[in-house]
Amino acid sequence: MSFFEFVSVYWPRLLTGTGITVAQFFLSAIFAVLLSLAFGLMKMSSNRAVKGFAVTYIEIFRGTSLLVQLYWIFFVLPLFGVTLEKFTAGYVAIAMNTGAYGAELVRGGILAVPKGQWEAATAINMSPAKRMWRIILPQALVNMLPPWGNLMIEVLKGTALVSLISVADLMFQAKQINASTYLSAQIFGTALIIYYILARFMLTPFMRWLEAFMSRKLGKA
Amino acid sequence: MEDMSAFPLEITGEDVPMVSFRKVRKAYGSLVVLDNLDLDVAAGEMVTIIGPSGSGKTTVLRMLMTLEQINGGVIYVDGQPLTHMSKGGTLVPANQRHLRKRRADIGMCFQHFNLFPHMTALENCMEGPVQVLGLPKAEARARSEELLELVGMIDKKDQHPSRLSGGQQQRVAIARALAMRPKVMLFDEVTSALDPEVIGEVTNVIRKLVSEHNLTMLMVTHQMGFARDISDRVCFFYDGKIEEQGKPADLFGNPKRERTQQFLSAVKEAV
Repeated sequence: MSFFEFVSVYWPRLLTGTGITVAQFFLSAIFAVLLSLAFGLMKMSSNRAVKGFAVTYIEIFRGTSLLVQLYWIFFVLPLFGVTLEKFTAGYVAIAMNTGAYGAELVRGGILAVPKGQWEAATAINMSPAKRMWRIILPQALVNMLPPWGNLMIEVLKGTALVSLISVADLMFQAKQINASTYLSAQIFGTALIIYYILARFMLTPFMRWLEAFMSRKLGKA
Repeated sequence: MEDMSAFPLEITGEDVPMVSFRKVRKAYGSLVVLDNLDLDVAAGEMVTIIGPSGSGKTTVLRMLMTLEQINGGVIYVDGQPLTHMSKGGTLVPANQRHLRKRRADIGMCFQHFNLFPHMTALENCMEGPVQVLGLPKAEARARSEELLELVGMIDKKDQHPSRLSGGQQQRVAIARALAMRPKVMLFDEVTSALDPEVIGEVTNVIRKLVSEHNLTMLMVTHQMGFARDISDRVCFFYDGKIEEQGKPADLFGNPKRERTQQFLSAVKEAV
């Protein structure tokens, strides 16, 4: 079977798989950003309990394997009465894991905003919350966009792990097709290409565009 | 613990000073930056602080803007305690709420301008009036444009700070501070980071403020000629204390203390 014949037969399953992968990626990415922001800010809190909570979260999710975390969320949490559907468990695990890395990026981005910006905001008597949202975070965001681009590619590639809890993503479909046809080179080769196209020709250009857009907003370009 | 009964809950009577430092102490660990500072600034007065670096000049302004905490004494603004608040008939350290209320009277310009880079000149000026004072946008815009006109920056109002020279940025920063309608303006070495040829455009704005507005101003500067021209009073700081103060003509023309003489002659040689 030639490669083109192969693709013409199996493209519907590859396409639905890719759709699930993209959905997993978007949901993971959105929740990861929210978790990063929340825990990055909490880690900078002067309240020791809040800070301790954030540090614990970051340590656990950054210090252990994503696959083990995924299995915990899908197989172990039900034993404690928390049952998530496999699709939900997939993106929740990836988001929790990525959020722990992202929290450090948020913290680093905020710390990189010059002290004078905090002082100028205080001098016009802004409340701490407004100072953070209107003055510090917009600038921190620009600082942290380049490392966020890398992290997003990690998220996309990380979504392949959800196939291990039977979420029918691209990797899952590839494994199924392989099991019934033994056309390993064709199917895993196609999967590689699809992941590469998603990362290299969709995600990376989008992050570049976002960086340029934000720099323009900052009046830097 | 300091005995707070020595400090009044508020300053009353005639001629209440706009700013009053009472036995203010500031130390970083064992390093004493300001030692029992007493300084009154009358309403509408322009006081310039000069002195060698490390003498605590900038710290005076930063404490007044509440960017630094004090370790002793009390600062009053317009008769009311700034660094403290009264509770049960005595003064206790101010909480955030009290600071926010009292800080509204004070505006500050910084050596490095510190404009918000993600906002245009106009947006920089409107940010405080809209977000802090809660003015309607149209009113904040009118007020900001009027002030940008005053500092000669109206034609650059839609530019971001990165497109402006240092002197232009500092003039926008002055407009931004004035847009909050403070009673007291603080100028912290506002010309120190500027190229020599643009210093004049900033000092001219400050001159205009002195002659046309009844603002109380405190300024830290290394420009002795400018200080001499526009100040009502000059304070020479040395080693965390006011070594000598007086009218500019007296202090520059006939300094009494040896350290003042040494400092002024050293500055003159540098020029």
